[in-house]
Amino acid sequence: MSTDASETADEMADRDEQSRQAANEHDVEALLERIEALESTVDAMEDGRKKMTIVATQGTFDMAYPPLILASTAAAFDWDVVVFHTFWGLDILHEDRELKLSAVGNPNMPVPNAIAAVPGMDRLTTRMMKNRIEKNDTATIDELVELSLEMGVDLQACQMTIELMDYDESDFYDGVTTGVGAATALEHMANSDVQLLV
Amino acid sequence: MTEELDITETLDVTGVSCPIPVVKTKQATDGLSEGEILEVVATDSGSMSDIRGWAESTDGVTLLEQTEDGDEYRHYVEKTA
Repeated sequence: MSTDASETADEMADRDEQSRQAANEHDVEALLERIEALESTVDAMEDGRKKMTIVATQGTFDMAYPPLILASTAAAFDWDVVVFHTFWGLDILHEDRELKLSAVGNPNMPVPNAIAAVPGMDRLTTRMMKNRIEKNDTATIDELVELSLEMGVDLQACQMTIELMDYDESDFYDGVTTGVGAATALEHMANSDVQLLV
Repeated sequence: MTEELDITETLDVTGVSCPIPVVKTKQATDGLSEGEILEVVATDSGSMSDIRGWAESTDGVTLLEQTEDGDEYRHYVEKTA
């Protein structure tokens, strides 16, 4: 009787051990599956490439440079780049628009504000800057726009601003994306590693 | 060391400044096959830091060497993948 009882106790212990092992194996399997699922989600999110979104809001000659230089360079890094142009930033994409530099309110310009406000001064300061850019072998805005497009940068023109400014889509450089709004920009921003407002 | 490199192609970006040297270097390496070497000739002093930074964070290229001779900067980039 006592022998039987001890056998039963051993059998019970064996059964417990087996079910514990089975539970452990099941847990490990479930965890491995979960890890695999998460890894594929992360891969899909990362897509192997860094993403950058720049919002370009300024249309003066000097402020056209930072977004274009960063965008074309990021494209050279193989990043997925979107530049969303809104308000005056739209003028950067306008093929025939001469962007001007304003000397007003810029204490670094060698022109006092009172004189900078005189009609024709913007034209003069822009010419000064253009000469300097040519002398320094810096790329022109036109070259940087063309280069960015060639490198696969997505230059987007805000549809609301196009209509607000009464612009014609055919005035933009070939390859500019139109028909996009804030939601498109936000969606790309949410998935970007770098987001900049210029 | 430079004499030992088997240069496949030379890119002349003398007289242009940031960001053109890096962007043109990227475009030129895209046209190379694995194991081929691009020589980049630049006059932009910023290209020393820029091309090094670009090569470090770009897959499939390795910066082999950079040389400086007066106003001329040379970069040797190997396409590795």
